[in-house]
Amino acid sequence: MSKVKPSAWGLGLVALIVFPLIVTNPAWTSIGVFTLMFMACTTSWNMFSGYSGYVSLGSAIFFGCGAYTMALVSTHGNMAGGAGLFWLIPLGGLVAVVVAIPIGAIALRVRRHTFVVITIALFFVFQLLAINASFTGGAAGIYIPLIPWGASYYNVPFYYVALGMVVFATLLSAAVRRSRFGLQLLAIRDDEDRALGLGVRVTAVKLTGFTMSAFTLGMAGGLYAMFLGQIYPQFVFDPTFDVTVALMAFLGGFGTLLGPLLGGLILEASQQYLTESFSNGSLYLILFGVLFLLVILFMPQGIVVAVSQWWNGRAQRRELSATKDPAAVGANT
Amino acid sequence: MAALLEAKDVSRSFGGVHALAGCSLSVDKGSITGLIGPNGSGKTTMFNVMTGYVKPEMGTVFFDGHDVTNARPDKIFALGVGRTFQLTRIFARISVIENMLVATQRDESWLRGLTRSKSSKSELDAAMEWLDFVGLSRLASLQAGSLSYGQRKLLELAYVLVADPDVILLDEPAGGVNLTLINEISDKILTLNKGGKTFLIVEHNMEFVMKICDKVTVMHQGCDLVTGTPAEVRANPAVLDAYLGSSDDELEEEEVNG
Repeated sequence: MSKVKPSAWGLGLVALIVFPLIVTNPAWTSIGVFTLMFMACTTSWNMFSGYSGYVSLGSAIFFGCGAYTMALVSTHGNMAGGAGLFWLIPLGGLVAVVVAIPIGAIALRVRRHTFVVITIALFFVFQLLAINASFTGGAAGIYIPLIPWGASYYNVPFYYVALGMVVFATLLSAAVRRSRFGLQLLAIRDDEDRALGLGVRVTAVKLTGFTMSAFTLGMAGGLYAMFLGQIYPQFVFDPTFDVTVALMAFLGGFGTLLGPLLGGLILEASQQYLTESFSNGSLYLILFGVLFLLVILFMPQGIVVAVSQWWNGRAQRRELSATKDPAAVGANT
Repeated sequence: MAALLEAKDVSRSFGGVHALAGCSLSVDKGSITGLIGPNGSGKTTMFNVMTGYVKPEMGTVFFDGHDVTNARPDKIFALGVGRTFQLTRIFARISVIENMLVATQRDESWLRGLTRSKSSKSELDAAMEWLDFVGLSRLASLQAGSLSYGQRKLLELAYVLVADPDVILLDEPAGGVNLTLINEISDKILTLNKGGKTFLIVEHNMEFVMKICDKVTVMHQGCDLVTGTPAEVRANPAVLDAYLGSSDDELEEEEVNG
């Protein structure tokens, strides 16, 4: 697939590290926090759905569980608002993992398209629970202990925690891709029954991938709740979150390492920017519609795959034009 | 010779169709056993039952003393039964060498897969060796989906072999393959058999079956009709009636249609 040099990865990371040092406007750093959060979510989602081909539209279940873990533990534990709350983020990830086990066990009993539908159905079960259960505070939502940080500084810690999540999710996804487990996920994507007949424990492998991908999604939910300071069931268990995460991966490059990062960066940053600069919450929907039409028409495998194919093709054409010998050209085409 | 893989009185129906109706089949250790019969006689269903893809309604399947009647395909593969499919199945979007690596460890626990890399040096060597054996080593880094039909057949054979199973079930290894390649495949099967591998082969190409099999079982309407040496089977009137046809002309016609 796409080969990105380690130096390019390093350069990208450095750019993300220095961004809030150069751009100090809270409006911009806030966009940064949301963008990084979605990059982490999409990378984590892609680690299971992209590699195995099982497109889950239930990722908001885990995001919501992480958010509610943050909200409920901090309020019931009478915790003081401040950096101490960051410790609840990995706890939110763990809760999401625990929730993912029975959900995966149910949803992964079916294949492909049916799996997509089942994940949507399970998602709505969770949304209904969050709205109606007594311990969630219902539709009124929950306020997280107020964090007494100055407005000019407030976004920066969240930015770096979110960046840490992106790095974590990317390293985990890369490690999975290199592992035997990752190869088994790809084999399941290509032909599940054949993989089964070659000794791949498909049920265990799928469930492991599914639960692993829930961890970062849960952490992102915790970060989101803490960042906003209040949560409502319809915003943390949000069907557009399910769809957005999947679309970001498809736009960037489904099943690739760089694709979800790029998709998250492009889509979330532009959405936040458009919403803020035109104070119009729906304008981005029109532009996204156009963007997706273009992507589906001209690069159905996503930006990363399309660009790498174009790049490889260019290198080959150069080689051809370098060798003037017509026989050699014929042999290569 | 003792039976390595044995199905006894296996029955299985799909809807109202009795795909298998009390069929028995035994594969002797070290043999090349052929399984022939008209289309729809239950050969592939028999394969599916023996490899765990289809559960029989009645009857038992034994492999090397283990009762594998209701075992899952991955378990049966781990015990040492490898198979190919009639419609060749490969992993199209990963490379040829990665296709091989999926199968290199037939009984490794799934947890181990989380902590180890895709392949060890020895696995990679074994994978390349088998690719070399089927003549695909120069295509190792190519995406498997770009292989031709015949190359896919060879790849499927290679990645079943890399796991070192004791018995290999081949579903129409010569189907849709040109003559040169058929001879190549039959040579490879004979070479492997000399090395101790047991084969069970479903095939419509009679020349191929008669050339390499020690023993042939003929199936008809879900039952085993006759079992014997290729020569015995060829001379059996019931077989001629059910499958091969009574004259040479019809035999040829069957081959073309099959």
